[in-house]
Amino acid sequence: MEFITFEFLVKTAIILLVFVITLGIAAYSTLAERKISAFLQDRIGPNRAGPFGLLQPLADAGKMFFKEEFIPETSSKFLFILGPSLAMLTAMMASAVIPFGDTLQFGDTVINIQPVEANIGILYIFGVVSLGVYGVMIGGWASNNKFSLLGAIRAASQNISYELAMGFSIIAILMMTGSLSLGDIASQQKGSFFGISWLPSGTNWNIFYQPLGFILFCTCSFAECNRTPFDLPECESELVGGYHTEYSSMKLGLYLFSEYVNMFVAGLVMSTLYFGGYNYPGVDFVAANFGQNIATFLGIGVLLGKALAFIFFFMWIRWTLPRFRYDQLMNLGWKSMIPLAILNVVFTGGFIMLKEMFFS
Amino acid sequence: MRLTNRAKHLEKKPMTLVEKMYLPAIAQGLGITIKHFFRKKATIQYPEQKRELSPIFRGLHVLKRDEEGKERCTACGLCALACPAEAISMEAAERKKGEEHLYREEKYAAVYEINMLRCIFCGLCEEACPKAAIFLQPDVMAPPFYERSEVIYGKDRLVEKMEQRANTGIEKYVK
Repeated sequence: MEFITFEFLVKTAIILLVFVITLGIAAYSTLAERKISAFLQDRIGPNRAGPFGLLQPLADAGKMFFKEEFIPETSSKFLFILGPSLAMLTAMMASAVIPFGDTLQFGDTVINIQPVEANIGILYIFGVVSLGVYGVMIGGWASNNKFSLLGAIRAASQNISYELAMGFSIIAILMMTGSLSLGDIASQQKGSFFGISWLPSGTNWNIFYQPLGFILFCTCSFAECNRTPFDLPECESELVGGYHTEYSSMKLGLYLFSEYVNMFVAGLVMSTLYFGGYNYPGVDFVAANFGQNIATFLGIGVLLGKALAFIFFFMWIRWTLPRFRYDQLMNLGWKSMIPLAILNVVFTGGFIMLKEMFFS
Repeated sequence: MRLTNRAKHLEKKPMTLVEKMYLPAIAQGLGITIKHFFRKKATIQYPEQKRELSPIFRGLHVLKRDEEGKERCTACGLCALACPAEAISMEAAERKKGEEHLYREEKYAAVYEINMLRCIFCGLCEEACPKAAIFLQPDVMAPPFYERSEVIYGKDRLVEKMEQRANTGIEKYVK
């Protein structure tokens, strides 16, 4: 049992904590979704279960568990069960490489608050997220229902189309930072705004260098999460329930839940890549005056806050924009997003070249 | 070929660059929705808060008595005739000697039933009544029921109690 070192135990604890936090945030995202949609429609939303409806997620989960578990006679049973499991599994896996904070120091031991310090973090996330479409596809196909199949096909083609633009928009970031590691990308944004030394530290965010890249990435992550305006795979008005038409009970719950986990992960990735990750204005000031550990804990809170802000943005968009038509979705993906992303890569490369020619 | 020449001919202009970018329009839309986020909510928390009823609200029926406690209904059947939902049925009976303190006229309703599943609370019975006997109360809602046997209201539940006079909603108009 040599692999059970102190570091192993610490990383296990961190990943368990991340797991619990992800589940908790996803559970309360369901309540937040209902509350926010209600507020945007001049309603109040669920407020009967517990104070301000805070026990509503528990009530929903209880309802889901006690509903009838129905598996259609003509479905492929193994795949039918595999679908939601896969969707949930891939959704939960992606947050393993997110740097949740800077380092903690207790005496001589230094703990890096990143569950897995993979140096190919972005590639890992892309791999896992693109696996996520298998959950939807398998579920929709195994249902043996035409609505489900249509939803699954839409999900597959939509995710594949938007993954391209997403990848291109990331390449510009990779060219700037020169690293595939999310930890490096986050720590590189620790400097002051555009390197101007008298401005507070922790504001050198990539969004200021890559606004177009961020818009493209954000749009693509909407499509990847199957959120409105790109929720064609489940669009109720055309396809009954899309890929989860035949699902009931907690299997349906897992599908819906994985969507919220995906939203949280998308928020984490966007804040890490573009909004400084765990950095916040004045991070060095806090570290110098109150100690590194307090600065780190504050950083964890800031990162989670940024991710939650993105979840709010997702929901806000949902009640603002109507769903795209299918041809509009494809036109936007192939004819606008990908050319723009390539243009972004070219311009970034040009700027990097000019910078190296004249400023170094 | 046009049937009329009133159709307005619209020219579809090509979108400008700003319109093609979508983003300004999206920002505008987000601005509109966030305004609603902070707006006062229209919800009324029902069991705790109740919407104020209109002064001419048509609620649960009541069969009025006069000032001396005599039933006003004379079982003429005009309310049943007026009722579009055919919810009212009654049986008439003749007043016996010694019952003058109970019934105002010589004829009265021995049975008077309203089927609340049929009633649509239109108030036509109230308008048809020549004796000012039946009213839809402006301040009492028909209570919920859970059994079919509770649905048909007989005289026991319709005739008003003298210790608790029902509000007809016309007191302030009629002196």
